[in-house]
Formats: sequence, structure tokens, C-alpha cells
Amino acid sequence: MRTRRKRGLAVTELETHAAHTGLAHQFQNLDQQQDADTLGIWVFLVTEIMFFGGVFAAYAIYRGFYFAAFEGGSHILDVRLGAFNTVALLGSSLTMALSVRSAQSGNRRALVLFLILTMILGGVFLGVKAYEYDQKFVEHVVPSLDWAPEGAVLARLAPGGLEHAELYFIFYFAMTGLHALHMIIGMGLLLWLVLRSRKGSFTPSYFAPVEVVGLYWHFVDIVWIFLFPLLYLIGGRY
Amino acid sequence: MSQQIVPVKTYLFVFASLIGLTLLTTGVAFLDLGRFNTVVALLIAFCKMLLVVFFFMHLRHSSGLVKVVLLAGFFWLALLISLTTADYRTRSWTSSPNAWSTTAPPTHP
Amino acid sequence: MSTATLEPRVYVQRNYLNADYGWRSWLFTLDHKRIALLYLVSVTFFFVIGGSFAVLMRIHLVEPQGALVQPETYNKLFTLHGIVMIFFFLIPSIPAVLGNFLVPLMIGARDLAFPRLNLLSWYIYMVGGMFTLYSAIAGGVDVGWTFYTPYSSTYSNTQVTAVAIGVFITGFSSILTGLNFIVTIHKMRAPGLTWFRMPLFLWAMYATSIIMVLGTPVLAITIFLLALEHLFHVGIFSPALGGDPLLFQHLFWFYSHPAVYIMILPAMGVVSEIIACFARKRIFGYKVVGFSSVAIAVLGFLVWGHHMFVTGQSVYAGLIFSFLSFMVAIPSAIKVFNWTSTLYKGSISYEAPMLYAMGFIGLFTMGGLTGLFLASLATDVHLNGTYFIVAHFHYIMVGGAVMGYLGGIHFWWPKISGRKYPNGWAALAAAIIFVGFNLTFFPQFLLGYLGMPRRYAFYPAEFQVLNVMSSAGATVLGVGYLIPLVYLIWSMRYGPIAESNPWGATGLEWQTPSPPPTENFAEIPVVTEEAYAYAEKKGAGGD
Repeated sequence: MRTRRKRGLAVTELETHAAHTGLAHQFQNLDQQQDADTLGIWVFLVTEIMFFGGVFAAYAIYRGFYFAAFEGGSHILDVRLGAFNTVALLGSSLTMALSVRSAQSGNRRALVLFLILTMILGGVFLGVKAYEYDQKFVEHVVPSLDWAPEGAVLARLAPGGLEHAELYFIFYFAMTGLHALHMIIGMGLLLWLVLRSRKGSFTPSYFAPVEVVGLYWHFVDIVWIFLFPLLYLIGGRY
Repeated sequence: MSQQIVPVKTYLFVFASLIGLTLLTTGVAFLDLGRFNTVVALLIAFCKMLLVVFFFMHLRHSSGLVKVVLLAGFFWLALLISLTTADYRTRSWTSSPNAWSTTAPPTHP
Repeated sequence: MSTATLEPRVYVQRNYLNADYGWRSWLFTLDHKRIALLYLVSVTFFFVIGGSFAVLMRIHLVEPQGALVQPETYNKLFTLHGIVMIFFFLIPSIPAVLGNFLVPLMIGARDLAFPRLNLLSWYIYMVGGMFTLYSAIAGGVDVGWTFYTPYSSTYSNTQVTAVAIGVFITGFSSILTGLNFIVTIHKMRAPGLTWFRMPLFLWAMYATSIIMVLGTPVLAITIFLLALEHLFHVGIFSPALGGDPLLFQHLFWFYSHPAVYIMILPAMGVVSEIIACFARKRIFGYKVVGFSSVAIAVLGFLVWGHHMFVTGQSVYAGLIFSFLSFMVAIPSAIKVFNWTSTLYKGSISYEAPMLYAMGFIGLFTMGGLTGLFLASLATDVHLNGTYFIVAHFHYIMVGGAVMGYLGGIHFWWPKISGRKYPNGWAALAAAIIFVGFNLTFFPQFLLGYLGMPRRYAFYPAEFQVLNVMSSAGATVLGVGYLIPLVYLIWSMRYGPIAESNPWGATGLEWQTPSPPPTENFAEIPVVTEEAYAYAEKKGAGGD
């Protein structure tokens, strides 16, 4: 058997052939690899649950202490934009699920199409988010950087205590910021998938990367599913 | 890892439910339910999460191990929140603000 | 293929060390064994750095008013000693060095599940280390490795952000390692290797990985929030803006207590392997030891409040945490009883690995028992913030974890390097380390009980004798640590060539040549017997 070098490891021709089917050398067969990839991404998602969970826990504690201030802060946010973004992100989850399904059934064109649609919807979400952040500067409710609420905004925030309201906005920026960061990373992963799909890298027997990115994307969607009511819908708006 | 292909109709139905629940939670926020605003909002969010997890993320067709892993994640988060909250909720049970104060014995509630 | 020669010091086999040459073959390797060696070099480097800070502290403390540095500098020394030793030595040491090397071998696989994540892990670790070194050089950090707020977030003007970034980044190294191990152990066991046929080292790695995966992310978010507060002067944990410093402590210790189990569980796994081999007996109560590893991992998440008994936590929460802290001691004690029962009527030999393992059992027991003093609310009031705590955790971290690490290095060195080291020197070093360690840290129990506070750059004159003893011990300990560095490096060139199973141990890793070939096994082995089938083996010696 001829040996050849690849990244510091001598590989045999047999292994090179296996590599073309997508099988990595440490696995015995594609099923084992698929199982391992799936378990791996779920374990990673659990770490993300604990990561976001930490800031959700801190948020919950302070919301319990300073409900009035948090309610006031929440009413500064634009519910329509928040709801619109929620719908957009849910839509992107749909298109993501459909792209995994397309990969599963070997439909390359549909796969690429749905991945691109997912990216578009994700981009819409991020665009709206950027606009919302800009609005916070306009309203001067950015902690430390531009904290000078006035007029109607000040009237909403003052009853609960201005400094506690500032605490609300720190959590607003920290939580949505971390979420947005995860979305941006997701967009990068989606782009990578689009490029690979167009080359035909995925077949019905090998599409684990699509599934893995899909699971990540759905998780990011779930975080927003909780962020929306917790940040935008505090108390009643009556 | 699911080998069976989920029909498009299922995905569309789940999506429609998710949109419906989003509209519901937004609408309920405009009603005055007092403390229950939060409860309802979280319940709806929880249902939406279940829909995404079971259908979009294929947990229905996933192995028992994956289900246990996910459950463990939520359980651990619950540990963090519950034991931390236990501290905050029980701080007022000792009437003396400084539990180690030597000037007066704490009066029990 | 090279031909065999009669020269005994020349390798004839292709193995993972000589498979390829050049810095690229090391820095871009995907071979778990090479990555383990990358970690070995890195953690040794950070051990020396952290150890140097400790040496400076002990020199300073020979005088009651301090002999070496300004108090502000002393604060930076103990902070960086803690950060470097915990995050850059203890936590990665056994998992990233021995775990990376051995998990695929013990499981009968060609590599871990995600070799690229493994290499990424090491790079992440190095980047985090660079940030931390930068923070040390650029002025240091004086907030304690515990980063308590609001001092760290609001008032300290040292390099808090830089070191926070370093610790934040390095956490992901831990997470990826744990993730890799969990998936590998679940999905890549060789045919016939059921859970209850696995070596206990793998159970320990699995339990450790659970902690890494579930706990480290909470540290990450906590450090992130701390950095936010430090950078933007916003009051998440600062009372001025309505924040609660205790919330920081809750989030911080939720990870940092289980972190100590990340540091000790792997060492316990190593000890199980060594004891079985050098008593030539199966581990007494295999299942109990395996389950107790997992029990420690789970229970370890329920006790974090015992670090906060005196900082303002509610008394009732303190009661719960105190009770749970007593509970978590039970599985650890069970292990000690099981190891002791293994030794009973075993055929014991006292090579260096066994000396480290026995040292571990004694010193860990002392450290663990003193933990009960601290778990008890009333005594903790007196002992918290004193040198009693310092002695307690050093008995476990150094007397336990470091000795377990050294024992493991000595046990698997022939497999890793293909060479044997001189046992006489190794035994001498182990003895020096044992004596030096006790001389350093036992006086600190007394100092703490007598009331000397920790993290102070000066102390009342009546404590000087004990402090000088401790510093003298530290010198001995330092010498003890240097000796293995010398003979292990020496052995790589001049040591006798090791056969595949020089100790006559059980386990799949000993079925491969020393050092193993890159692909570990020519054919994936099939496992048919239990983990410690020593009764079936006749005599010691190679295979």
C-alpha cells in the first residue's frame, strides 16, 4: 500500500478513499460518525444553555428586586419590532429545517435556496436589531455610554428608580448583544454551508454539517423565543 | 439522528403554531393579568420551545441519550436558579439585618 | 521502512513521535498523542510560572513585616499564583495531558471523536495564557483569583480586563476537551468494551467532562458580566447601581466549586489505575468507585454556597449548603476505603508511581477531612479567611491533584516516550516532594487555626516560626519538583528503551508498542475481559 503524507500524518490510499465519502479516519463507519456529530452538537448546545442561563438567572434575580424599573424599561422598547423580529427568526428556523430536509432528500437546489433564505431572514433580524440599538442612542438610554433619559422616556423610567432602570438596559444590551453575536456566527456558518452545498459536498448519506448548523440555529432561535417576552413584554402595556 | 424525512406539511403546521403563539403572547401582554402576565408569557415561550425542539430539531426521532443530555442541561440550569434564589428568598427570614450581630439577639419570625 | 539494527538505542518502529518531523507537524497535528505533548510542555511552563509566584510569596513571608515586596505587589503575587495554577495548570493538567493521550488508547479507538476541536482546544488555551501573561507583565492583577466584586469590577485599577479575557478564553478550551471526551466515551468504545469493563480512569475522565461542560459556561458568562462592569462602570454587581456583590459570588462559585472536582477526579482516576497495577489486584468495588466519580460530579454542583457562609448569604441557605457539603465528602471517602481494600492482601511493589499514589491517599484524606471543619457553619466562621483554608485546599490540590498528576506521568511515561526513567531518582524525588509538601503546608493549618489571615502581606511576630518552617518546606518542595524535570528529559535520550508493557498492567493502552504508532492500533481490538484482570495475569513484565 503506498503511503502518502497529509498534514503530518501518513495516510493510506484506503483512508484517502474513505475521506472522499466524508468519513473521518477515527470513525469505523458513517453511522458512528453521524451519531458522534449529533451527540457533539447537543452537548455543545447544553453548554450554551448554561452560558445563556447564567445571564438569564442574574436577570431573573434583579427583575424580582426591581420589577417597576424593569417594567418601565421594557415599555421603552418597541413591541412591534420585537414581535416582527420574532416572526422573522421563526421563519428562518422554518427555512433552516427545510434546508436540512432538502439535504436529507438529496435536493441540492432546494438546499441552497433554503440556506440562502435562512441567511436573508437572519439578516433582516440583525438589521432590525441594529435599528433598535440606534434608537437606544437616540433616546439616550445606553448605560454608561449615553445615559441621559429625558422627556417621555424619563417619565417612564423615573418611577422605578433611574439607576435600576440602567440595570435593566445593561441586561438588555448584554443579552441581546450576546444573542446577536451568536446570530452573526450562525450567519458565517450558513455561508460556509451555502458554499459547500453548491459544490455538491452533501449527499443523503452525508449531510451532518447541515444538521449540526441547523441545530445551532434553532437553539439561537429558542434563546430569542425567551428573550422576547422577558425583555419586551414585562408587565402589561395597558 | 433521524433517518425518516419529516413531511413539509408538518413543518408548515409547526411554523403556523409558532406564529400563532407569538401573536398570542404579544396580545396577552396588553391585558392586565397582574402577576400572571409573566407566568403566561413564560408558559407560551415554553410551548414554542417545545415545538422547535421536538419538530425542527428532530428530538422526536433522536436517541434517548440526546434526550437525557438535553434534560440534564435544563436540570442544571434549574439548580443554579433555584439554589441562588433560595438564598435571596430566605435572607429576610432572620429578622436581624446583620445575622452575626452581637448587640441584640435576633427575634424569630 | 527502516531495517532493524543491533544498536539498542535506535528506534526501529514507526511511532507517533518519529512519524513526521518539523514544527508544522507538531503545531498542525491532529494526533491526540502529539496534542497531549503540546499540552505537557505548556502546562509545565505555566506550572513553573505559578510556582515562581509562590516562591516569591514564601520568601516574602519569612519576615513578619514582609521581606521582599510591597503589599500591593504581594496582592498581585497571590492573585496570579492562583489564576495561573488553577486555570492554566491544575484544570488542564491530567485531562489535557494524560486524558488526551490515553482516552483513545484505553477505549480502543484511533483518535478522539473530534481531533480538530482537540487541536483548537490547545490553541485556545495558549491564547488565553498569553492574555494572562500579558496582564502579569503589564502591571499585574490584585483582586484575588476569586475576583470578588465590587473591588474587581469597580475599584481595582489593575489589569482586570486583560486577565478576565484570558480566563474567559481558556474556559472554552476546557469545554471543548470535555465535549470531546463525552462523545468519544459514548460513541467510540471498542467492540466488547462495555461501560463496566472500562478502566476507572475513563470513568473519572467522563465525570470530569460532565463538570467541564456544565460548569465552565457559567464562569464564562460571569467573567463576561464582570468585564462589562469593569469596562463600562455599570453596576451589575456593584451596590452603587443596585447590584448585589453576592450575586457575583453565587455565579462565580457555581463553577468554581465544581472546578475543584475537575482538578481532583482525574487524579483519583490515575490513582485507581496505579493501585490496581502495583497491588496486582482488581480495584475493590469497581462499580462503587465508578459511580462515586459520577456522584462527586453531580453533588459537587450543589455545595457552592459553602464559600459564602460569612459573606452575607442567608443562614438558611447556609444550612442547606453545609449539609450538602457533608454529603459530597461521602463518595470521596468511599473511594479511599476502596483503594485501601484493594491494597489489602495485594502483592504490593513500591515503584515511583505507587509512591505517588500512596502519598495521594494519605494527603487527600487529610485535606478532605479538614474540609469538613470548613463545611461546618460554626467552625467556618472562625477558620474562613485564614491559612487553614489555604492549607486545606493545598493538601487537596498539591498533595492530591499534583501528586496524582506526577504519579500518572511516571506510570505512563514509558508508553508516552518509549523510555524508562531511573526508579531510584524517581523514588527519591517522590520522597522529597512528600516531605517538602508537609513541611510547607502543615504549619499553615496551625497558623490558620491560631488566626493568621490569608492574603495578608504581613503578620503578627508570634507567627514567624511557623511561617519560616513553611517557607523552608517550599524550598524543599521546589527542589523535589525540579528533579523529575531533569531525569524525565534525560530519559528521552538516554533512558532504557521501554517494552510495550513494562509494568505488566492491564488495559488496552499497554497492548500497543511504546510509543504507540500514530493510528494507535493496527486493528481495532476486541475486549473480552474485565478492567483489572490481574488474577489472570501471571507475573509482571512485558507482553
